[in-house]
Amino acid sequence: MLFLLAAHAGVALAIPWWQRRLGRAVWPVAALVPLAVVVWAGTRAPRVLAGGEYVESLSWAPSLGLTVELRLDALALLMLWIVAGVGALVLLYCRYYVEHDAGRLAATLLAFAGAMTGLVLADNLFVLYVFWELTTVASFLLIAERGEAAEQRRAARQALLVTTGGGLVMLLGFIMLGQAAGTYSVSGILADPPRGTTVSVAVVLVLIGAFAKSAQMPLHGWLPAAMVAPTPVSAYLHAAAMVKAGVYLVARLAPALADVPPWRPMVLVVGLVTMVLAAWRALRVTDLKMLLAYGTVSELGMLTALLGAGTRTAALAGTVMLLAHAAFKSALFLSVGIIDHATGTRDIRELSGLGRRMPVVCVVATVAVASMAGLPPLLGYLGKEAAVEAFLYGTELGGHLWLTAALLLGSLLTVAYGARFLQGAFGGPPGDVAARAHRPAPGFVAPVAVLSTATLVLGVWYAGTAALTTPYADAYPPGPHGSYELSLWHGFTAVFGLSMLSILLGVLLHLVWRDRWRPPRLPDVQRGFDRAMAAVDRLAVVLTGRTQVGSLPVYMTVLLVTVVAVPGAVLVASTPSLGSPQWWWSPSEPFLAVMVLAAAAAVVVTRHRLTGILLSGAAGYGVAVIFLIRGAPDLALTQFLVETMTLVVVVLVLRRMPARFEPGRARTGTRVVRVVASGAVGVFVACLALMTSSARETPAISTEYVSRTPETGAQNIVNAIIVDFRAMDTLGEIAVILVAAVGVASLVRVGGPGAVRETGDRVGRPFPTAHWDEPVETWLPGARERSGGERSVLLEVATRLLFPSILLLSLYLLFSGHYSPGGGFSGGLVAGQAFVLRYLVGGRADLGAAVRVRGSVIAGSGLMLAAFVGLLPLAFGGVPLESVVVTLHPPVLGTVKFATSTFFDIGVYLLVVGVVLRLLSAVGVSLDAPRAAARDEDDEDADDEDDEDDDDNGGGDEAGHGARGEEGGRW
Amino acid sequence: MSTIDVTLALVVGGLFAVGFYLMLQRSLMRIVLGFLILGHGTNLLLLVGGGTPGLPPVLDGASADPDRIADPLPQAMALTSIVITFGLTAFLMALAYRSWYLTGNDGVPDDPEDRRIGTIRERADKDQDTYPDPEPDSGPDAGPADDGTQQGGDR
Repeated sequence: MLFLLAAHAGVALAIPWWQRRLGRAVWPVAALVPLAVVVWAGTRAPRVLAGGEYVESLSWAPSLGLTVELRLDALALLMLWIVAGVGALVLLYCRYYVEHDAGRLAATLLAFAGAMTGLVLADNLFVLYVFWELTTVASFLLIAERGEAAEQRRAARQALLVTTGGGLVMLLGFIMLGQAAGTYSVSGILADPPRGTTVSVAVVLVLIGAFAKSAQMPLHGWLPAAMVAPTPVSAYLHAAAMVKAGVYLVARLAPALADVPPWRPMVLVVGLVTMVLAAWRALRVTDLKMLLAYGTVSELGMLTALLGAGTRTAALAGTVMLLAHAAFKSALFLSVGIIDHATGTRDIRELSGLGRRMPVVCVVATVAVASMAGLPPLLGYLGKEAAVEAFLYGTELGGHLWLTAALLLGSLLTVAYGARFLQGAFGGPPGDVAARAHRPAPGFVAPVAVLSTATLVLGVWYAGTAALTTPYADAYPPGPHGSYELSLWHGFTAVFGLSMLSILLGVLLHLVWRDRWRPPRLPDVQRGFDRAMAAVDRLAVVLTGRTQVGSLPVYMTVLLVTVVAVPGAVLVASTPSLGSPQWWWSPSEPFLAVMVLAAAAAVVVTRHRLTGILLSGAAGYGVAVIFLIRGAPDLALTQFLVETMTLVVVVLVLRRMPARFEPGRARTGTRVVRVVASGAVGVFVACLALMTSSARETPAISTEYVSRTPETGAQNIVNAIIVDFRAMDTLGEIAVILVAAVGVASLVRVGGPGAVRETGDRVGRPFPTAHWDEPVETWLPGARERSGGERSVLLEVATRLLFPSILLLSLYLLFSGHYSPGGGFSGGLVAGQAFVLRYLVGGRADLGAAVRVRGSVIAGSGLMLAAFVGLLPLAFGGVPLESVVVTLHPPVLGTVKFATSTFFDIGVYLLVVGVVLRLLSAVGVSLDAPRAAARDEDDEDADDEDDEDDDDNGGGDEAGHGARGEEGGRW
Repeated sequence: MSTIDVTLALVVGGLFAVGFYLMLQRSLMRIVLGFLILGHGTNLLLLVGGGTPGLPPVLDGASADPDRIADPLPQAMALTSIVITFGLTAFLMALAYRSWYLTGNDGVPDDPEDRRIGTIRERADKDQDTYPDPEPDSGPDAGPADDGTQQGGDR
């Protein structure tokens, strides 16, 4: 079975290519696949019809209970023959019908056939749902074609919206059903049907989905609209196969769920009302296809009522009608296709005298209509007899006489519109249209003839039909009158009389009232659907216009208000007890608090960018001290270093930007809203902080960390967490940092690549004014590139002395991190600051001299080292990121003990160094380069010449000024 | 039961308020500053929420008394947060610079496309062609079902 599905998919994919070579011959090739299904099902039929079944399953995610389960039983076999048989005939018919775009049509039709095959074989509710929606998608593609006509797009959209909407409702029902039953297997639900209120709700939802798919009123509007599709598509999808999916689902679940309260009333009322009303409407339309479409809706209503009724006779009648309808309705559609193809019209008012012009088609269509009307000895007759029998004697169904009356009324109208179809299509005196119609090719009519013959053969050979349909019906117990058997002649019974009466009245209705009486018009759901769609469009425009105003501050305010309103309300509602509030932990806290808050508040009022970043840095340093007094030396160290590095990076970028903020244009009202919103968040977070610090009830996870830290060979628990316990987090984190650095580099780079690699053997231009402290000797290798006026012997000597020491310190921090505060992050940041120093004092050339490897290479190798160390344990059968303590006894050094996680920390160190270099290269060196075509910002600096020189020779000096709090021309 | 540190809760609240106020501005640079201050507040919140402060979580020798040392897990989380904040600040700063470089100011203007959506109906009233409803209800041709039905009625 899986192979069949794969064959459909594979051939459907290949067909567009084959079509270019094969031309029209592609259709018979495509038809081979459904033919193979028919044959395959034939070989399985004996065992299945004897009550056996075939099961296949493909385990997809067994731990989630997701398995592709397929099952072939009697009902599936019947549907499979319908789907594949009609499919093969329709594909053969297309050989003559389709004029253009054949590859796409063939592929989609075949894909649809595959989806439908999967749908009828599925034994799992989710698998069924997936195939269900696949048929919807195929239907959408087939209705819309290339989407060139507005009518096609509209019809396709309507079909898609109605059926997927129903499908979603059905999925909800499936989930409720599956939860109630404890299994999502269809056979499991059938074997042990669940009961209860949940199941009642689920039944309503599932039935809504089925009704939408099978075009039951009031969800039927999409099916007549879908008649814009090519006629073979209408014949296959919208008569024989896809619309049967809903009916099939009803039939599939009825044995288990027919007794659940709303099932029977829903199915019977909706089905029979649809049957009568749709037949009524079929009497009004003049387009032959539209007539058949309403006829289909009507027949589907009858099928829903019969298959959902949940008695043996009704189920038998339903399955026979299912088979009969697939044969005669697709035959009729295909006949209309032939007429349309030959004459160019399908309008009853234009067609006349075609019966003589196309006798074969006329005969074939007449047989099909006779089957539809229920004339003996055709298949439709068998079904209708059984149907009347089922309702007339179905005493277990409430109001069974009313049901019979409705069924007979529907049959009467069916006969009438059948006669109207024949009369309209073939009757009348020979006219212009008939004269210009060409005779259809035999191969064109053959598939239609096969379908009509089938309806005759299966009617006469009723034993065969009974063998095919009885196994499903036998799922129900036989009724009080014993098992009903299919037969062409039961004698002169009441059923026979009623059946004949309906035919007689139907013919009379057609003959007597054909032209004199116009059936009154019924309320139309189509208009309602259109209005609803237009209203949704308008609502979307209004809603989007109101909510999506395009202003970032407004969005932000909404977010903040939501944060305060929703979790804040919960916080207030819970009224936590605050335990024993304490004003501060350490007496120095209030001073720090005032400092931090004052610095932060000053950021708000400052008008200068540089002041802003310095004040923010001050707040950061204050926070670092708070970390320190609260027993977090690692945090304090890192915060200090990061704050410094942030200052450097931001200041280097700020060199290029105007000194002052642009004057705010916000109105007072806006400002008040902002203050209130952010103030409210502040209060909320303060309360949250108070609450969370008192909310801990269970022991901390870190108790375990503390007790296990010695296993890692470390003494610093924070470092152990970072490089060992939660090393995965760290790995992710350093990757983020690397990505951010790459992003910065690509965002600020306006000119060529960064110049870190340049070594400083370029002699600086002679500078007119020498300063007293201009170095005579070379203290820094690259510093000579700078002009004398920018150099300072004091700084150069200090840097020369400090640089190696700082690097050494950074290494110390790296390796001692396991035992005392420090580690890869702080070590790397310290090393980075050594390079920052070189850059600020010696310029970019000196930085190039200090480190000759690209920053990105260092960062990348750091990440690779960390990842490698993490993955290495896999090679020794460990788990990733596992760490071991290694003890060595080298000859001179004595005992050396280290953890392998140290190498992970080295990776972190390298990465941080590389990232800092990359950032320096980006925001320092790249921004040093003169802006070639850049706009000249509104610079207060009048002296452009000096400015350019500054640019040429590195802006580190400016940064130095900035750090000293001066405001140079650039700021 | 942990002790509650009112001063630090106020600091955290204050930092959040200032940070969000700055982020509500239209200047990208102010937004970056707001992000930085918000970062300080968040790091502090992690630490404050982590419980009672104590001795540094470093085991020197055998004096491992989990009750006296500060909880190391929030510290490790805050450490990660500090470093990530640094990376993101640099990135935001670069974005602000790029925006300023390309547009000449570092303000955040309203999205013109969103503004267009807001005025779609006003413009539609002036110009029927741009009305968003692609299928205006045009009477008898509204749909094939209607089509057939009404022609049938004409018969």
